[in-house]
Parts: sequence; structure tokens; C-alpha cells
Amino acid sequence: MASTIIARLPARLRDAALAALLALVLGIPFIGLQTLSTDQGLAIGTRWPWLLAAAAVIFAGRLLFAILADLLAERRRTARAGRSLVSEALAGRLTRGFGIGAALFALTLPFLPFSDRYVLDIGMTALIYILLGMGLNVTVGLAGLLDLGFVAFYAIGAYTFALLSKFFGFGFWLSLPLSGLVAASFGVLLSLPILRLRGDYLAIVTLGFGEITRIILLNWQSLTGGPNGVSGIPRPSLFGLSFDRRPPEGLGSFHEVTGIAFSGEHRLMFLYFVALGLVLVASWGVWRLRHLPIGRSWEALREDEIACRSLGINPTASKVSAYATGAFLGGLAGCFFAARQGFVSPESFTFIESALILAIVVLGGMGSQIGVVIAALFIVLLPEFARDFADYRMLIFGAAMILIMIWRPQGLLSNREPTLRLAGRSAAGDSAAKEATP
Amino acid sequence: MTAPLLEVSGLTMRFGGLVAVDGVGLTAQTGAITALIGPNGAGKTTIFNCLTGFYRPTAGRLLLRHPDQGEIELQRLPGYQVARHGVVRTFQNIRLFPRMTVLENLMVAQHVELMPKSGFSVAGLLGLAGWRAAENAAIDRARFWIERLDLTAVADEEAGNLSYGMQRRVEIARAMSTRPLLLCLDEPAAGLNPRETAALGQLLLGIRQEFGIGILLIEHDMSLIMGISDRIHVVEYGRKIAEGTPAEIRSDERVIKAYLGEPEEEEMPAEVAQDLAQDLSQETRP
Amino acid sequence: MDSAVALGTFLQHLINGLTLGAIYGLIAIGYTMVYGIIRMINFAHGEIYMIGAFVGVTGFTLLSAAGVGSVALGLLAVLVVSILFTAAYGWTVERVAYRPLRGAPKLAPLISAIGMSILLQNYVMLTQGARPKPLQPVLVGGLTLWRGENFDLSISYIQLFIMLLTLVLMLGFTQLIQRTPLGRAQRACEQDRTMAALLGINVDRTISLTFVMGASLAAVAGVLVTMYYGVIDFFIGFLAGMKAFTAAVLGGIGSLPGAMLGGVLIGLIEAFFTGYVSGAYKDVAAFSVLILVLVLRPTGLLGRPDIEKV
Repeated sequence: MASTIIARLPARLRDAALAALLALVLGIPFIGLQTLSTDQGLAIGTRWPWLLAAAAVIFAGRLLFAILADLLAERRRTARAGRSLVSEALAGRLTRGFGIGAALFALTLPFLPFSDRYVLDIGMTALIYILLGMGLNVTVGLAGLLDLGFVAFYAIGAYTFALLSKFFGFGFWLSLPLSGLVAASFGVLLSLPILRLRGDYLAIVTLGFGEITRIILLNWQSLTGGPNGVSGIPRPSLFGLSFDRRPPEGLGSFHEVTGIAFSGEHRLMFLYFVALGLVLVASWGVWRLRHLPIGRSWEALREDEIACRSLGINPTASKVSAYATGAFLGGLAGCFFAARQGFVSPESFTFIESALILAIVVLGGMGSQIGVVIAALFIVLLPEFARDFADYRMLIFGAAMILIMIWRPQGLLSNREPTLRLAGRSAAGDSAAKEATP
Repeated sequence: MTAPLLEVSGLTMRFGGLVAVDGVGLTAQTGAITALIGPNGAGKTTIFNCLTGFYRPTAGRLLLRHPDQGEIELQRLPGYQVARHGVVRTFQNIRLFPRMTVLENLMVAQHVELMPKSGFSVAGLLGLAGWRAAENAAIDRARFWIERLDLTAVADEEAGNLSYGMQRRVEIARAMSTRPLLLCLDEPAAGLNPRETAALGQLLLGIRQEFGIGILLIEHDMSLIMGISDRIHVVEYGRKIAEGTPAEIRSDERVIKAYLGEPEEEEMPAEVAQDLAQDLSQETRP
Repeated sequence: MDSAVALGTFLQHLINGLTLGAIYGLIAIGYTMVYGIIRMINFAHGEIYMIGAFVGVTGFTLLSAAGVGSVALGLLAVLVVSILFTAAYGWTVERVAYRPLRGAPKLAPLISAIGMSILLQNYVMLTQGARPKPLQPVLVGGLTLWRGENFDLSISYIQLFIMLLTLVLMLGFTQLIQRTPLGRAQRACEQDRTMAALLGINVDRTISLTFVMGASLAAVAGVLVTMYYGVIDFFIGFLAGMKAFTAAVLGGIGSLPGAMLGGVLIGLIEAFFTGYVSGAYKDVAAFSVLILVLVLRPTGLLGRPDIEKV
């Protein structure tokens, strides 16, 4: 086993040397040379040692990855018969187990010893992305409709709550369904002009929709406050109880009514549970939908639109409902986001958000709900762990996206769990034969 | 003879300057197998595409006599509506939902019926009893066709992983799960071996007899066509050149010419022509 | 008199729009060619253009530090150097992020491309700084085409240069695609990659060359923009990339003349909308036109309409 690795070593070394050489050339104008701003305009500085160091890093990295890939390939080849190390049934059970475990962990997180403000904050961010991922997963993962402007629905949800509270004094719980519905209506609106478009054309039109939304939010000063956004968005209350030290007019306060000493962390914990509740309800809803005719028609649409039409399924209705459902969840996420921040501005809704949400869906494995959870955790936590590298974290993030796609183009969880099985079901009797006749 | 289930008249389909189908008329009866044959490129699939709502014909009338809904002009319906009125097809190059299981494929086929029964998802989301009963009935119907087409062992497999012959059967089972009035099969025997083809013939005869629906099929396998068809229509260069019972078609001058070519053209190698002539004269009931 | 001013203003917007459109068109060709051959949206292409612009700035700065006086010579040198480096980046991007994903599910290369875009943006920000880079004007002066009482219609040399160079590149490029073996190989790969490979065309190399060509044109666009606006930063690739992508789709993705036409249209829409309506909403106008065109013609202006195969 080791011998094949060693036999391949010269080739790998040559490969790594070439990569390093390429890096050396590519790095000249960016690492080797540097434009410096001076009083007289730009000047040029040099950093040749840096360039050499970068080339060395590329050399080592390339070599390491090649050897790792060889090792993995070797392992797979020598692994005993059977297509994969884990059987399909076991994989299914493992995934479900992970889902339950993750839910339990999430439920107890605020009470765990290491839990503090920072942990809860990241937890909430992760939950928001999970919710967004679940929404986009309906559109892209299940129905197979590419959407590069999903952030628009997120923004519409957030601004719906922000504006409802600003102009009409609506609270969180009333605004939540409204935000979802408004976002869903925009989803319907968007889906209408693009019903005839396919794959890549969808990409640019949806991207455009996302940008149009952001530009309008940015420029419609009188309504949205423009770049300054909307502030003073109320926090969610618990059955009319506020978590503020001095509750707003008309609300009781949690610490006075319950007699528990006031703590700022209670509010954070409550927000966290609101987010968790939203995610749990949403994932239950999506799971149910997947097992209903509507969900199966989405997946069928992804698989073959022409076959769908030949069976009497209206592709328009399926597409519109998929966009609307995805947008609804995006709107919920936006509403919660606004409540958590207490402030919204167009800055939070740039294209990069759309890209991240799409990355969550694709990384997770299109259509897989647990996959969305894992990928969302990854997308949120990786930059946090890379915080030590400060400036380099987005660089690492971009590189990681590429590497993971190369490693698993199908996404992390590519096993599709059937929505129902015939095996193990009892036959219902001879009514079937009669039913089957026209 | 009762009025035909389907009556096509003056069907014409133009693509730019190309006339793919030119004034074709044909009929299909309930409880009968009607075959549509003709050389490659004759326009058979185009006729199917017009009939099943994938192309809007340039001209012509596609009249369906629906037992409950009266006379329906299929060419006026939006494409996907055709199947809702009982005209359902399969495809020459098999179009299953490859990453869904066989059972799921058959459940999707019942979408039109199930969607309202799931209360447009509301009742379904709540898990109401009415919906559960409807779903079970749908599963039972799917099971019926899975068993009928000998797919029980693979019912929970992804359709895309099945063998070619099995995929063909899944497609027929899926079409039948919609409870069609007229089943349109586009070259169902293509790629099947002789034994599978014979079994297909038996199956189609069985479906016709048991369910009394109309079957319209495009096929190149002459032994199958001659063996099971009640009536055959022949098209060439987008026009219909003959119509009749298998016996009549076998002896039709123009059909033989269409298949063998004019003597002076000599397009077809001699041995191929011989094979074809043999095929045409065969009558082997599968 | 007023109508003369109105006409003059109109013509001025036209000139500005055409200049902008030429640049969008050059970038759009990269999108369209890559899409034509491997059916993927090279999301990192905007970043490639940004890299071209940065190499341009570095090149100009080096030249002025070295005291090179000749504008023509300097311009030529910078263009060549920028093309060389940027093409190398284009090649590397394909090799690293896309080639391993050939045959993968459709969205995998798209995510990889988005990752590459993030990577390149941050790479340039880290190595060159986040602050905008101002550049001394390289080509100054212009022609006054018409002189009115309180309005001059003028075209600057740089605008003239941009339009002429784009025109020349376009003509040369069309010849390249239509007349040379490389162009033939490219068109063959577009039609059917497997068949092309069976006929002895080196598909990998053809795809690599497509990226190299797209990157070269983006480099030219980058250098031209640097000279035109006189300031760049690491983020310019995103917006320009998006506009160029819009242009490519508007013209009909996969079609070279379509990319150019789309670029010019987007440039004109931007210039006129800014001039007559509102600068803030110019991108909304561009996207709205795109959506409108796609609703009427789902494959773009010059794209071949695809007949549905059943």
C-alpha cells in the first residue's frame, strides 16, 4: 500500500514543483509587487521573499493534497467488497440519528456550561442560515429551479417587519406570518416572467431580481430610509411579556411577572428559542410537503418537466408553488433577522448572501434537509474558527468552497431517502383492482 | 361500430418551411389497438406530440369523445391538460423520474387526482384522515400496476437504476396509473429482446381486454404490430398512405413501396429489403 | 438652439454609452465563450477582469517610475503584460476549480466558481490593500466635435481608443473563431464534446484556450477601464462581471456578436438612463430590460431559439 504511494512520489513532486512555479509567476504582480499610495500618487514596493514563501506554501499544499488523495484512493480500493463503507439503510439511519441528535443538542445548548452570549449569537446566525437553506432547498434542491437572488426574499421579509412596526406598530408575532406571505407573493411575482426560462437564464434573472430589490431598498429613501435603514424594530415578546428591563408601553415584563431576576441573557435565550422553534417547524413542514403530492411534483419537475406534462401536471403551478414556498421561508428568516438585530439596512442583503445560501444547499446535497443543517453549520462556523486568521478567513472560505466541491460534487449527503416504500406495507385487499380500472 | 374515441382530421404540423405532418386523419376506438407505422422520419412522433399536447398543430382537429365530459377538442387545450382528459403517452426515449423510486413514479402519475384530495396540501400537512385514505388508495393502485407489470422486486429502487426493459415497463405502469382512456405508446418495443417484445404484446392485449381502453401505438417491430393491432394506419412523408386491418396492410401496394422503396431508387440494400418483406408478411401472435 | 443642446446632450450620452458598452462587451465575450463550450457560468470572470485592471495599474506605475515617456509604447507594453498575466490566471482558474468538476452535477462548478470569485477578491484585497488605487491619467485630451454657447460635444482620446480597440479586437476575434483550426475545434467542442474528442481534438486544451482567450479580452477591458476611470479597487469585478453577464444573456448566451450587442445595449441603457432619468436606478433599468427581453425571447436577442425535443 505504502509502496504505490512512494512509486507515485516523483510524479507528485514534479506536479507540486510545477504548481509552485506557476504560483511564482502568477504572484509577481500581486505578491512580488505592491502598489503603494504616496503623496505623489502610486509607487511600487517589492516583497520578493513573500513571493517565495507563497510558492513554498503552494508546493507543500499541492504535494500534501496529492498524497492524501492517493492514500484515500488506496484505502477505497483495498476496502472490502461492497460499494461503500456504509450501507444505504445504515446511512439513512445515521442521518436520521444525526438529525435527532442535532435537535436535542440545539434544545439544550443555552443551558450547557460553555454557553454564553457569543455561543448563542453564533447559534442564532446558524439557525437563520438553516432556515434560509431550507427555503432555498425547496426551490433549488427539490424543484431544481436555480435561484441566485434568494436574498431578495430574506430582505423583503426583514423590511416587511421593519416597516410594519415602524408605520403601524405591529409586533413580531403578527408580522411573522405577514413577512412570510409578502415574501411568498414576491416569489409568485418573480416566478411569473421566468416560467419559460431554463437553467442558466434563470440564474441571471433571479440574480437581477436580488439586485433590483437591494437597489430599491437603498434608494427609496422615504419608505426604507435608504442606506440608513430602519431602526427601533421591537423584540419578540413571550405571550405579551417583554424581555427588556423597562418594557415598552402595554407590555408586562418577563422578570417582573415570573420573579426571575432580570438578566440580559434571558432575552438572548428567548430569541434563540424563537429561532430554533422556527427552524423545527419549518423543517417539519418541508418534510411533510416532500411526502405530499405537491412535494413529489416538485421533485418530478426537477427530474423531467416533459414527463410531468405528459401526466397532466401543470408545470407552471408546480414552479410557482416551489418559488412561493421557498420565498415564504426566506421571509420568515428575514423577519426573525430584523427582530434579532432591531435594525435593518440594505447592506445585509447583498449578492454574497444569496451565494452563501446556495452554497449551503449544494454543499449539503441537493434536496437533503439534514445536509442543509450540516452545510449551514459549516458555512457559519468555518469563518468563526478561522477568526484566528483574521484577514485570511474569507480567503480560506473561498478555497474551502472549491475544495469541498471537488471532493464531493454531489454534496455532503447525496443519498436520497424515498418518500414512501412498498416493502413492509400490507396490501389493502381487492379494492385495488377495482380502483385501478378507469 | 360506435363513434371512435379519438378522431383526428386534417392534422398538419409545419416547422418553418418544413411540413412534418400534412393533413393526416386517423381514428382510434375504445377497446381496440390502433397502430401507427411508417418509415423513419415519416412524422409519427410528431403526430403523437400534437395529439398529447406537446406541439400545437398548425391546422387540424383532434376530437376526443370523453364518456363523461362529451366532445373535447384536444388541440385547444393547454398541453398539460390533455393528460387530464385521459390521453396519456409514453416516450420513445423513456422519460422516467430517474432519481425517484418506481413507486414514487407511479404516485406522481396520480398527482392530478391526489392534489385536491390533499386539500392542496393543507389537509395533507395536517395529516387529516381523509387524505391518508386517499393516499392509501393511490398506493394500492400503484401496487396493482407494479404487480401487474412484474416490478414488485424493484418497487423501491430508483427508476434510473433499472434495466432498459424494466424502465419501459415502469413507463407503461406509470401511464396506466393515471387511468387513461387512450394509452399512446411511442415505440414501446424499441430495445427489447424478442421474449420481452412477446410479453409486451400479451400485456397490451390484456390491458385492452380487461380495461377496455383504447391503445394507440407507434412501432417498428412488424411482428408485434401485425400480431396485436386491430387497425393500422401507415404514414409516409407526413401523409397517410394507407389504413386497414393487418391483413389489408400486408397486401397494400403503396405500403410495400413505402417500406421497400421504388424499384429505381435502390436506396435499401437487398438483404435489408428482404428482412423487411419478411417482417411485413409475418403473423406471429406473441 | 435648445433643440441643438438637446441633440448634443443626446449624442454625448451616446458616446459615453458606447464606450461603456464596448468594455462590457469585451468582458461578456469571456462569459459567452466559456458558456458555449462547457455550459457553465464562469462566475469568477469578473474577478479575472479585476486582475487585469490591477496588473494594468501596476504596469503603468512601474513605467512612470522607470520614466518611460512614450505613451504609445507604454500602453502597448502594459496591455501585453496585463494580457499575459491575466491569461495565466484564467488558465489556472479553469485548471484548479473547473476541470476537476467536469461531468459533475450542474451546480457544483457554479459553487466552485463562486468560491473562486471570493478567493480571488480576497487575494487581491490582501495583497494590494482594500483602498482604491488612483492612477495618473495616461491618455489625456480629446476632440471637441461641436461647440455651442454653453455646451460642448466632445469625445476624449481614451473613449476613441476604447471604441477603436474594441472594434479591432472584435473583428480579429471573429476571424479567429471562423477561420482558424483553433476556432473550428472550439465550435466542434461546443456542438458535441465527445464526438470532438473521438475525432482527435484535444478537448482539454481547447477548453483551456477558451479560458485564456476570454481572460485576455477581460485583461484588455481591465486596462481600458483603469485608463478611463483612473481609479480601481478589488471590488470592481463583481459589478462589471454582473453587467457583462447580463449583456451576454441579453445578446443570447453562446453567441459572440450577441455578447457585443448585449454589451453595447447595456452600456447605452446605463448612459441614457443616468442622463435622462436617474443614476441610482440605472442597474434596475438594465435588469428590467433583460427580463423583458427574456420574456419575449427566452434565448436572448441573437441566441438560437431551442426547439423542445420530446
